Amino acid sequence: MNRLNDGERGIFRRFQAGYGAIGLLVSGALAAVLLLTVSYLPGFGQADRPTENEVSQRYIAKGLEETGATNVVAAVILDYRAFDTLGESAVLFAALAAVILLLREEPAALARRMAERKPFEPDQGPILRITARVLIPWLLLFGAYLVLNGHLSPGGGFSGGAVTGAAMILHNLAFGPEQTRRFLSERIFFRLLVGALCFYGLAKGYVFFTGGNHLPGSIPLGQAGSIFSGGLIGPLNIAVGIVTACAVYGIFALFDRGGW
Amino acid sequence: MGENLLRNYLEAGAVVIFSVGFSTLLLQSNLIKKIIGFNIMDTAVFLFLAAKGYIAGRRAPILTGPGGDPAQYINPIPSALVLTGIVISVSVTAFALALALRLYERYGSLDLNEILLSREGEKT
Amino acid sequence: MIWLHSIPLICILLTLLTAAVSLPGRGRWGEGLCLLTAGAVTVLSAALLVDLWRTGESFTFAMGHFPAPWGNELRAGVFEALMAAAFSAVALCSLLAGRERIRQDIAPARLGVYYAQCSLLLCSLLALIYTNDMFTAYVFIEINTLTACAIVVAKDTPETVLATIRYLFMSLLGSGLFLIGVILLYAITGHLLMPNILAAMSQLAASGEYALPTGMIILLLSLGLAVKSALFPFHTWLPSAHGSATTASSAILSGIVLKGYVVLLLKIFYRVFGLEFVHRLRTPDLLFVLGLAGMLMGSVLAIRERDIKRMLAYSSVAQIGYIFMGIGLSTLTGTVAACFHILTHAVTKPLLFCAADGLMEASGRQRDIFAMKGAGRRNLLAGVAFAVGALSMVGIPLFSGFVSKLYFALGSLGDPDKMLPALLMLVLSAVLNAMYYLPVLVTIYMGDPVDGALRLERAKNKGGYILAVGALIGLNFVLGIRYPAVIAAIERGLATL
Repeated sequence: MNRLNDGERGIFRRFQAGYGAIGLLVSGALAAVLLLTVSYLPGFGQADRPTENEVSQRYIAKGLEETGATNVVAAVILDYRAFDTLGESAVLFAALAAVILLLREEPAALARRMAERKPFEPDQGPILRITARVLIPWLLLFGAYLVLNGHLSPGGGFSGGAVTGAAMILHNLAFGPEQTRRFLSERIFFRLLVGALCFYGLAKGYVFFTGGNHLPGSIPLGQAGSIFSGGLIGPLNIAVGIVTACAVYGIFALFDRGGW
Repeated sequence: MGENLLRNYLEAGAVVIFSVGFSTLLLQSNLIKKIIGFNIMDTAVFLFLAAKGYIAGRRAPILTGPGGDPAQYINPIPSALVLTGIVISVSVTAFALALALRLYERYGSLDLNEILLSREGEKT
Repeated sequence: MIWLHSIPLICILLTLLTAAVSLPGRGRWGEGLCLLTAGAVTVLSAALLVDLWRTGESFTFAMGHFPAPWGNELRAGVFEALMAAAFSAVALCSLLAGRERIRQDIAPARLGVYYAQCSLLLCSLLALIYTNDMFTAYVFIEINTLTACAIVVAKDTPETVLATIRYLFMSLLGSGLFLIGVILLYAITGHLLMPNILAAMSQLAASGEYALPTGMIILLLSLGLAVKSALFPFHTWLPSAHGSATTASSAILSGIVLKGYVVLLLKIFYRVFGLEFVHRLRTPDLLFVLGLAGMLMGSVLAIRERDIKRMLAYSSVAQIGYIFMGIGLSTLTGTVAACFHILTHAVTKPLLFCAADGLMEASGRQRDIFAMKGAGRRNLLAGVAFAVGALSMVGIPLFSGFVSKLYFALGSLGDPDKMLPALLMLVLSAVLNAMYYLPVLVTIYMGDPVDGALRLERAKNKGGYILAVGALIGLNFVLGIRYPAVIAAIERGLATL
């Protein structure tokens, strides 16, 4: 490989120095301008701010009545402003797809890589295995609790899904990918992911369609505070949870070895 | 200069952290540092949002019965926006790290300047 | 009526579901599905455009059972429908024309993922066009960033990986600025939906409250979107990303992805702040100056370039300069010209990329312009397509580029201060455009190939390529000859925006 001569290298360095100086200047200016802007914003913690308007008041006052969810944040993200959250799941999906594009290995190459790696794999040892065996059921239970109670208490599909995904990563680390693959093969993984995303898209599509055309939506809200309440929020949380858990675990598996 | 700079200390801190993240993302040539800079930037935005939602003396927006009193709960919208923002930030980080991994496989370095220098060398 | 008004929703959902379903598929499944969806979306958007054009109305579509300040909304008028129809048609043509090259550039196991990303990209563009909510716009901007980077890096070479990294980090800076702008906007108005922000803004403008934050917010939003649409001096990522990707990706990125942000910026100017307010804050002046600089620098850098795809990419920098210059003129005709140029460039640049692909193929996969001697005679269709695109970009009458330049010139007459620099730069830029497009034309038609073996070869184009390139040439002439109708549609769209 031909290296640059000293003159060219010098030009590059000087260009870099100039770029650094300009960049620092720009960042400093940005900080100053933003601080100036903040100094004009309404005071922190105050109740009479522009953001305390009819929108947030109605979410609090009528959220339970209109969506059936006691967790108003869940009502906002899965009912009032559900389109954002559909986009958010699409972001997760896009990131997972992009990581697949970058890091996925062909099955043959994957098997070869795993075989090459085998002798260097450290023995996980009894501490990790036993801890994992004790922890994983609780983690899965906690994840499921967060997902299923997302409309009643803090939590929801994203946090619950992340916990579930973490439990699967722990399983994988403690017992090795072969064991995890027994219940989460590539095929099941994609079926879960695509199924959950399609259910989410279609269910919300139905709500958007009826809502946008002023047709009555026919989804019962249920008894407030019980587990079967909140209309579609519960099932949607489950779908979001599956998408999130799949994305978390899938990204881990792709980074780890380039496949399932 | 407005009068609320000190009172809005959380927002002020958040925009300073935002600028730190911005300059890290802009100026560092090491990819991992760039990715960390991006995360700092986004986290600063979440801090800003959380500060915007907070109202002194009020509770988290988990209702206990129908017809909640808006004067008792904080604004739920910033919390919802933070939730969305976190997921986006995580997704973008995953993609950026995967790209960094690929770049390292291809060039054997994570430093953009070094890579650009060696590539310029290839051309001449 | 119900179905017509649901078209934006149906298009967005259809592309999203297509992306989900085609991800696990291998090989042709994703390809066929993606093309089919793009075709369906084009037809649906065109139907919506025709209907809205006839009735001249616009509508909002509640995403859920809650009305405006509480729920989330889509909004469609002639402007949105026109852009959506044009963008999806261009995406369809680019994918169709680049199909063979995609099969060669991208490993078969990754084809499904590539097409999933393409559908998702189209989904995010449609959502950006139709959305009526600032935070939704941010979410879909991020989808757009991720998928745009992914379709560059799908062709897995060292060059594309490096280009994608530069693209991604520049984009992240832009979306960071946009996000903080949206949050500040929420902090001072308390709303996220565009019409509600506009109402709050007009109250703030009347009372003079939050004058400084408002100015900063407009600046942050404009700069954030300008970075993402590669306005000079934020263009540094563009040539390597657009130059190294597979042909269909280059065509889609140059043709429509850059413009999606411009469309959003226009919607923000019209529907979030109100035009008068924006003009009073002088942000357009900044865009005007940067646009002029971009027109000059893009062309100058393109002249120095010998790699044909990078040359076309630098030309995109110059064309984005035109568009921002038109918006910066702050006259109605200037904005109309900018919108028309969005369409012009959306049909011309993909045509040029597809033509360049055919010419490269006829010259032994060389990207150097001087290696393409006589390529236009070996691949007749690609030669004609390149000629049409080049003449349009230079601004010869009958081609669409001429009409945009005419309207840019007319638009500049409305503002005495900006008239002289704008007119001078238009003339200079036309000369510069000619300086890099015409030599290529001469090279591909005159000259004999350096490699004697190439002399007798005659390229055979696939059916999809012929169809797509033919459609793009046709669209170019439609814009160049039937321009009064298009201009009228843009004017009606902007009037109801």
